[in-house]
Amino acid sequence: MIAIFWVLAPLAAASGFMVFRFSSMARATIALLVSFLASGALLILLGLGYLGVVVILMMVMEMIIMAVFMIAYMMNPAGLMPMSMTHNKPRARAISVTSFLLLAAGIFAVPWPPRAGAPPASPTFQLGAALMGSQMLTMVTLGFVLLATMVTAIVLATHRGRYDRFGDDLKRRPAADPAQGGVGM
Amino acid sequence: MITSAPLWSVLVVPALLAAFAAAAVTADGLLAARAAGRPLRAAVAAGPLAEVPRLLAGQRRSTVASDALLWRLGVLSVPAAGVLAALVIPFGDVTASRMSVGVVWFNAMEVLTWAGLWMAGWGANSALSLVGGYRFVAQGLAYELPLMFALIAAAAGAQSLDVADIAAAQSHLWFAVWMPAAFVIYLVSVYAFSFLGPFAYPAGRDLAGGVLAELSGADRLALEAGRWLLLTAGAGMAVPLFLGGGAGPVLPAWAWSAAKTLAVLALLVWGRRRLPVLRADRYAELAWVVLIPLAIVQALVPALVDLAR
Repeated sequence: MIAIFWVLAPLAAASGFMVFRFSSMARATIALLVSFLASGALLILLGLGYLGVVVILMMVMEMIIMAVFMIAYMMNPAGLMPMSMTHNKPRARAISVTSFLLLAAGIFAVPWPPRAGAPPASPTFQLGAALMGSQMLTMVTLGFVLLATMVTAIVLATHRGRYDRFGDDLKRRPAADPAQGGVGM
Repeated sequence: MITSAPLWSVLVVPALLAAFAAAAVTADGLLAARAAGRPLRAAVAAGPLAEVPRLLAGQRRSTVASDALLWRLGVLSVPAAGVLAALVIPFGDVTASRMSVGVVWFNAMEVLTWAGLWMAGWGANSALSLVGGYRFVAQGLAYELPLMFALIAAAAGAQSLDVADIAAAQSHLWFAVWMPAAFVIYLVSVYAFSFLGPFAYPAGRDLAGGVLAELSGADRLALEAGRWLLLTAGAGMAVPLFLGGGAGPVLPAWAWSAAKTLAVLALLVWGRRRLPVLRADRYAELAWVVLIPLAIVQALVPALVDLAR
């Protein structure tokens, strides 16, 4: 267990660091993905199987979609010309090193209390009960806010509306879509 | 009762998966020969597998200014995803790794193909293979959500994410019988994540092979084998999820698992030659307008049945 931790934890940290060293957007994205995969595996190691596997599942999809946008919007996406993803280097370095040392010192300085109680038999069930029980209102509100944000963003981004698709009287079927051959609804 | 096998059985999984995949490739070659009107001889049957030593000995192509690290990593992660996904599939009474969240693990490992194919497409520094990689991402956005809801339907029917529990919950009635929509969506998604048959779009002939365009030698073997391993893993997972696992009369459990896996695999291999390749944008519209609502309604059925129990 400890051996696996000492493989995964430095891997997560090192690949997270490499995100800022690579000049290729593709490599930076994959380095971030490796960091997330190692973090997900660490969660599994802690006995939180569901959370760990879901982190792996979601992060693969998210990072690949992010890669599409990074490459679409960044100049020099393939890193063929040297570029830097960092700004204000000396001060940023000082701040990050200081805060890392402070946090790391805190880990060793704090007198940790002895463990009270035992972990639940099924952490996945506990998580579901928390999300669907005490945190139900939060999750439902969050869900609606996220959905509304997504719908709004798409409505703002698309230049075509239902009158373009179905005609002025909304009676044209199938819809006039730029890419023909879909469902046409 | 399905028990966890000793740790060494993890090594048996790739061998068993490869054996089933080899059977599928052979059957596919025979179907191709029949469709072309060639006589069905032993040489024809051995044809696709005879490619293996040829590809292993073949030279690996390198391209100008390729991102070799991402390219090789992407190519290798596709067969790795197939094997890792297969770890949680029970075979008869034993499973290499009994996980309390086995269904989610299967889903996560199958999703690794997204990263694998995108990297394989990107790394070659070739327009055709890049388009192939992007095609798989577009296809992924279409197939993934209906697949997730199909998996949720099976998990909800058993009230467990453990694949062994899901197989055991079908002792009276297979999930394929009372959740037919989830079963069909699952089978369609198996084609999608193994980019075979109607979902061969990322490796389409109109792209001179797409993600496969710049691959030769061992790299091509890895990616080609990867898609067949994924198809086989998908067929194997259909058995505990929807077809009652190893349960059956007279024969031992492992025989039923093998027979059901081969039956699903045969259906998938036969269907692969019958169905036309779908464009990702067309399937995306079908998936989001028709399949996702259908899958959600399907997932509601076991949820209501659970409540009524």
